[in-house]
Amino acid sequence: MPHTKRRRLVTSALAVALGATTLAACGSGDDSKSESGPVSLTYWTWTPGMDKVVDLWNKGPGKKDRITVTVKKQASGDTLVTKILTAHKAKKAPDLVQAEYQALPTLVSNDALADISKEVGDVKGKFADGVWQQTTLGTNAVYAVPQDIGPMMFYYRADLFKKYGLKVPTTWQQFAETARALKKQAPDKYLTTFSANDSGLFAGLAQQAGATWWTTSGDKWKVAIDDAATRKVATFWGGLVKDGVIDNQPMYQPAWNKAMNTGQEIGWVSAVWAPGTLTTAAPDTKGKWAMAPLPQWSEDQDVTGSWGGSSTAVTTDSAHKEAAAEFAAWLNTDHDALNALATDGGIYPASTSAQLSGAFSNPPAFFSNQPDFYTKAAGIAKTTVPSAWGPNVNVAYASFNDAFGAAAKDKSDFGAALKKMQDATVADMKKQGFGVSR
Amino acid sequence: MSTTTGRKSYGVKGAPYAHPSPATARKGALRAPYFFLLPASVLFALFFALPIGYAVFLSFRKVHVSGLGLGAGARHEVWAGFENYTDAFQDSELLHGALRVLGYGCIVVPVMLGLALLFALMLDSERVRLAPVTRLAIFLPYAIPGVVAALMWGFLYLPSVSPFYYVLQKLHMPQPNLLDGGPLYLAISNIAVWGGTGFNMIVIYTSLRSIPVEVYEAARLDGATPLQIALRIKIPMVAPSLVLTFFFSIIATLQVFNEPTTLKPLTNSLNTSWSPLMKVYQDAFHRGDIYAAAAEATLIALATLVLSFGFLRAANRRTKQEAAG
Repeated sequence: MPHTKRRRLVTSALAVALGATTLAACGSGDDSKSESGPVSLTYWTWTPGMDKVVDLWNKGPGKKDRITVTVKKQASGDTLVTKILTAHKAKKAPDLVQAEYQALPTLVSNDALADISKEVGDVKGKFADGVWQQTTLGTNAVYAVPQDIGPMMFYYRADLFKKYGLKVPTTWQQFAETARALKKQAPDKYLTTFSANDSGLFAGLAQQAGATWWTTSGDKWKVAIDDAATRKVATFWGGLVKDGVIDNQPMYQPAWNKAMNTGQEIGWVSAVWAPGTLTTAAPDTKGKWAMAPLPQWSEDQDVTGSWGGSSTAVTTDSAHKEAAAEFAAWLNTDHDALNALATDGGIYPASTSAQLSGAFSNPPAFFSNQPDFYTKAAGIAKTTVPSAWGPNVNVAYASFNDAFGAAAKDKSDFGAALKKMQDATVADMKKQGFGVSR
Repeated sequence: MSTTTGRKSYGVKGAPYAHPSPATARKGALRAPYFFLLPASVLFALFFALPIGYAVFLSFRKVHVSGLGLGAGARHEVWAGFENYTDAFQDSELLHGALRVLGYGCIVVPVMLGLALLFALMLDSERVRLAPVTRLAIFLPYAIPGVVAALMWGFLYLPSVSPFYYVLQKLHMPQPNLLDGGPLYLAISNIAVWGGTGFNMIVIYTSLRSIPVEVYEAARLDGATPLQIALRIKIPMVAPSLVLTFFFSIIATLQVFNEPTTLKPLTNSLNTSWSPLMKVYQDAFHRGDIYAAAAEATLIALATLVLSFGFLRAANRRTKQEAAG
């Protein structure tokens, strides 16, 4: 559900490695880990229950190192990015921030995030390569520590699939056939909906199909939103909407909740966090859903995209970058911390070892009928293909909302909507002055 | 005004108080008005003029990115001249947004003010029972926050959760889709009318109550029916209130934001820049281009000024003509 975007507020040039860090570095050259006095850090995050997790730190490792972290609860996604950039403009960004992966290029390009490769470089092995690579932006720097991920999966009403004699699709081809078969048997039901209000879903589907929306060569960006892979995805969903075999209403609104709750929609292409959403959106269907890997584009493939997920980053405005990086590494790799994050924050950890331990030994309550939920999820998470984000994801996403929203409503050509998205993204980059190659 | 009187008292009546010298007194008196103006001026400058000035300043700036735009020093704020303004004028979305709001205003303003006037006249007529209760009931929606109202109506508009649709379905009546195409304008307007009628009614009603009863008595003696009294006496006499409510309504219409923003997640028919203010919000907080947003906000402010004061002037001129004729 996290969306994203972010911003291009200005920043003036210089990063500030202010007072304390510099002093600490000079004063205690012998011990790089400790700073000269008690350190207090501010952390902007939207994860629920984060204050409890941070308490663990403040009473444990933090107490020992005299590093106190204070949580300031924030709105999620793009709203926070704007806020961080605004604060950074005044050189007052907090020490630590939560940021979605696709927001990292934006934050980095505004010089808001510090390179913490020296401090956290050794935690790399705890994460899947595709996840870690998103925090380095393909450079030698490290701009964040991965926190949670959202590998995509297919959710379906096991009871209704059985009732209508439907088979769980393993390819998109079968997915389309399933949608048609259901429509034939129960004309008032839909397999799922194509929702234009969460760009992250579409981005994840394109990623699974092999799309790389932003790449760099030399000092130029290449934008490939309208590439063959994405076009395949757009045409596929556009066709289903046009034929009326899936719904075209947006997700996360009362009508959608009702459709999910009453079994009018019997499937959902979603991510590992879906149980949480279903618990609130479709409370009456507890224990009736099942999770399967995402359908594939060809039989011999086994890949998935990601939808959502975020990281913990240290800002360039922080006067205690080392301490902040130490906390970020602890938060996202420590066994107890991750367990608390899973229990209190409901996140699915990026750290591979945590995906099968502690809080994840039992399935989510909503999926008690699927005991191996998290074993399966961890297996699927491994098949996540790397994603590539650019500096104006927000513009691409906003353009997706409008262009695909209109196309879904009119049941018109999704290819044309995709072209609009590509053109709007490129035009925005050119306008800002980015080097863009065709 | 009070200061003028104060000054006069020194000159005319001499010095009832013990003054050091008439010259100093006069100087002090000259300074006094500025002194009294000071708090208001400072507040105005700090919280009004300065932010507006800054917004206008921002509207002439832009960010220039070089190369990949990664790393320190890749972004610079530079002068943009009128670029943000020319872009805003060429942006078809902004124009379409303005046209959509125009359509919306053409529904909201007449319906809302018409209803407000009607209710006010009805409440003012002697035959109404339970007037205070009725007045409160009509006014109440105004006290409900716009976002809450929009959410509530949003639920009522959604076929699968709306009780209205449930009834329509049971009665086998047609079930129009209110969140699409033309009906969408009605749906959004309805929320504004529902929320705004009460306020405007109170304004008109208050001014109706201030009409001296002798006027009605005279009219009745001349044989005027209640309808004639309403049309020929009451409405012309509350014309200034109507002008005022019209003025407020134009401003509120141009600033429409809450209703479409709240309804947006419910339908594909509302885009991120449905109204000009939504476009400003989108640019500032989603695209992060505060410069373009500042330019658009300035344009909207100018349009609001021109439209609302243009209307006031026209209305005043007419009143004067009528008074003269």
